[in-house]
Amino acid sequence: MILLGQILEVLISGLLSGVLYSLVALGFVLIYKASGVFNFAQGAMVLLAGLALVRSLDFVAAQGFPMWTAIILGLTFAAAVMTLSAYVIERFVLGPLVNQDGLTLFMSTIGVTFVLEGLAQMVFGAEIYPLKLFPTDAWFLAESIFPGGILLNKLDVWGGLIAGVLVAGLAVFFQRTKTGRALRAVADDHSAAQSVGIPISWIWFVVWLVAGLVALVAATVWGTKLGVQFSITFLALKALPVLIIGGFTSVPGAIIGGLIIGAGEKLAEVYLGPFMGGGIEYWFGYVLALVVLMFRPQGLFGERIIERV
Amino acid sequence: MRAPAASDIAAGEAILSVKNVSLAFGGVKAINDVSFDIKKGEIRAIIGPNGAGKTSMLNVINGFYHPQHGQITFKGRTRQAMRPYEAARGGIARTFQNVALFKGMSALDNIMAGRTLKMRRGFLWQMLRIGPALTEEIAHRRRVEEIIDFLEIQAIRKIQVARLPYGLQKRVELGRALAMEPDLLLLDEPMAGMNLEEKEDMSRFIIDVNDHYGTTIALIEHDMGVVMDLSDRVVVLDHGVKIADGTPDEVKSNQAVIDAYLGVAH
Repeated sequence: MILLGQILEVLISGLLSGVLYSLVALGFVLIYKASGVFNFAQGAMVLLAGLALVRSLDFVAAQGFPMWTAIILGLTFAAAVMTLSAYVIERFVLGPLVNQDGLTLFMSTIGVTFVLEGLAQMVFGAEIYPLKLFPTDAWFLAESIFPGGILLNKLDVWGGLIAGVLVAGLAVFFQRTKTGRALRAVADDHSAAQSVGIPISWIWFVVWLVAGLVALVAATVWGTKLGVQFSITFLALKALPVLIIGGFTSVPGAIIGGLIIGAGEKLAEVYLGPFMGGGIEYWFGYVLALVVLMFRPQGLFGERIIERV
Repeated sequence: MRAPAASDIAAGEAILSVKNVSLAFGGVKAINDVSFDIKKGEIRAIIGPNGAGKTSMLNVINGFYHPQHGQITFKGRTRQAMRPYEAARGGIARTFQNVALFKGMSALDNIMAGRTLKMRRGFLWQMLRIGPALTEEIAHRRRVEEIIDFLEIQAIRKIQVARLPYGLQKRVELGRALAMEPDLLLLDEPMAGMNLEEKEDMSRFIIDVNDHYGTTIALIEHDMGVVMDLSDRVVVLDHGVKIADGTPDEVKSNQAVIDAYLGVAH
């Protein structure tokens, strides 16, 4: 019974922390779906959103406003910052590159990364700022069945709920709205999209905006977990195996990929760790991703690309 | 300002006229001082040897290229250049020489994408799919199904277009352009790479579109037999210059055209 309880605990906490990776991976999927670009700047966007949120929230709270007002104002301000950055990125970086090769666009997002990281820390500061939006204590479940119960982190549960709502909303948005259809169209063919009257600059603005807002959501959860600080940008690297497993083009894939990585690395750490000297969870995700690459290069849920010869 | 409706222009009057248009890429003159018009309701062919500037001409009309000189008058409004978005809004639809479809999407979704400009409801309503947004979605879907029936592609509507054979892809692309209910339809080599049977089908669709919907069509084509059968009037370009303009019979017997196609010692 103790063993079963322990496995369950590791599994559940792994799955939930995997969902948090998915939150970051989602931003990548959105931009990839809509512009065929791997957006290297997603991690920097999480940092920017987090800094804008925590700094404005602290500022408002310091003026003596009640906590709820401060949170709402902070979120509004951070959303405005993400809107502005979406506009600037479209107008000055991607807009002039319409009809260019995917690799060119990718390189431009690397540039965006460094500019965003630098600007964000220049404007908002480069310390570690604690953020407390969600409870960080734990529940102990099913204590009558398992001795000591199953430890469940409340923050992880919140993250899971938020990710679920976000994914459902995005999936419906992509499938049902004309803007969603237009996003997919632009990703496939710029000129054809223009020829049916889809304004590419507007679509790109929308997609960077949505990716920015997803980054903000990720920042609320991750900021609470780690504090808002520069190392939050490295989350982008954690999202990479999630994307490879789930497929770059699939919103549900980002979630499933996150679950697999999260559960996989926690189980490996706890049950293989002792034999291999520990530290497995830092690289286990990448190994899983490599295995998937060997058998399904497009990921579990990605669109299969058929090249005609 | 609202774009004037095509119905304001009587059949037989020019819906589009191109006047003294020149387009150069660096030192290369793709189009040199070309003028011609397209009358409402006709099928107008643009022909010429490789590199004559036919596709460039189509790209100018549709707003992809902006000419350095000249004017384009479409439905009574004159301008030197417009953006593709404005052309689409104004009622110009097109297909591409090398099929340009949304490869990851189904045939149905591709054609639905052609309805983008006609959909009005906000995205929140569309996401919930209730009320007016639902009525709108159904109305557009019905229209798209009519086009699918018309082009005889019912069986493939749910298939991802990248998996379709070339001839059917061309048909889906035509469907997407038709879904825009254009006043002027530009077809860039609609029969390139097709076998005889597919060419006959495509010819039939082009004639039907012109007959049933009264759509004005401008097409580029290499197959001379097809051009002569289909079109009401033909304009011939060679090295970016207009060398002939008239009915198929007039063009066929024009010495400059014969020279351009057969090649003569200069």
